[in-house]
Amino acid sequence: MIRNEKPETGGFYPRDLDWHPKAFTPGYKTSVLRSPQKAMISLPNGPGEINGPAFGHNILGARDDDLVTNFAKAGESAIGERIIVHGVIRDERGRPVPDVLLEVWQANAGGRYRHKKDGYLAPLDPNFGGFGRTITGHDGTYAFRTIKPGPYPWPNNANDWRPSHIHFSVFGSGFAQRLISQFYFEGDPHITLCPIVNTINDPAAIDQLTARLDMANTIPMDARAYRFDITLRGRRSTRFENRPEGN
Amino acid sequence: MSRFADTFKETASQTAGPYVHIGCTPNVIGNTGVWDADLGASMVNERTQGERIAIEGQVIDGSGTVLRDAMLEIWQADAAGLFNSRSETRGVADPEFTGWGRRAVDFDTGTFRFETIKPGRVPWIDGRLQAPHVMVWIVARGFNLGLHTRMYFSDEDAANAEDPVLARIEHKVRVPTLIGKRDGDTVRFDIRLQGDNETVFFDI
Repeated sequence: MIRNEKPETGGFYPRDLDWHPKAFTPGYKTSVLRSPQKAMISLPNGPGEINGPAFGHNILGARDDDLVTNFAKAGESAIGERIIVHGVIRDERGRPVPDVLLEVWQANAGGRYRHKKDGYLAPLDPNFGGFGRTITGHDGTYAFRTIKPGPYPWPNNANDWRPSHIHFSVFGSGFAQRLISQFYFEGDPHITLCPIVNTINDPAAIDQLTARLDMANTIPMDARAYRFDITLRGRRSTRFENRPEGN
Repeated sequence: MSRFADTFKETASQTAGPYVHIGCTPNVIGNTGVWDADLGASMVNERTQGERIAIEGQVIDGSGTVLRDAMLEIWQADAAGLFNSRSETRGVADPEFTGWGRRAVDFDTGTFRFETIKPGRVPWIDGRLQAPHVMVWIVARGFNLGLHTRMYFSDEDAANAEDPVLARIEHKVRVPTLIGKRDGDTVRFDIRLQGDNETVFFDI
């Protein structure tokens, strides 16, 4: 595909480490022994940081973005509330981020993961794998179809439950943008109760991780739509970037 | 941090959790048949230029326990020091080398292993050459934000001594935490999350 714009090559805005959750968050017990205790070394971005792996549409299968059917037997589909999740991946400057890979994974409608380490008593759905992926369009947009995951209990405090959530992994154009996170669903009372959600200090950051019901894009008699936009780190303009004299 | 009103905040991170394999390496947990192979499982082929190496190690928590649910990604230059990336402006990288690998640690041993090539030297932003190194990104249950580090090579003492990133580390006693120990074609790189030998992590 031909694009008029050159790839951006500037360094990224520094990560706001007060906006992201801290490494050491004792309310989420597993972080206690897994959180580095020494200060990170902050670096400007060199070629390794501003570049990143690129993935072409050739890696995608026809149903990679359809979790309702991509693990199902022919003619069958996953059990649960049918939803379409869509949005735009943009950067901090608001520029769409085209051609980047988005991977998602989630529990089934009963809150059970298809994973050998998940022993929750809710049953597996034989027609649901719980994983999918897509690549953003030229305008940064993405969409996938799935079922709404169920909440589930997890061992932390004696009675902690995760809100319904979908995990996502996103690549930008540079390795320093690499991000894995989770998004939640508007109106879920478990959001404010969850120790993992509450590793984030700023309510605005949690609100930004909350997908909104989108009736305008809901397909009547078929599937509701949720809107979830993702923001990746933005790049500085390179025009006055410092570089060796003469370059 | 102040921002202009027409800018957005980066989406906040949340832990990858214990089930990251479902979305990132489904074949290693037997969720086969949706994708042919896990992304990043293979970095090299027989036509890739450069010296074959393997990078092996474990991720160790503050009690000395090896993590068995971590996932790592590496990103590196090709043998000539170029990145296989759309933003690479210095030349054209080896098309037979992706530069990017992804591995879950073994569920029993906690060991990861990447089969790759030794990268060439890449200039830093001031034009000085960096020593050969591999960028490493680690996620796991209990990590609220993925951790970035770098692996350098024990057979590159002279280059390591002039590396502009290693030179930024004030506490020189910590530099060895970033040096992979080369033994034949295998480079051993353990990552310690806490303690006296805590690995240096980078805010990039």
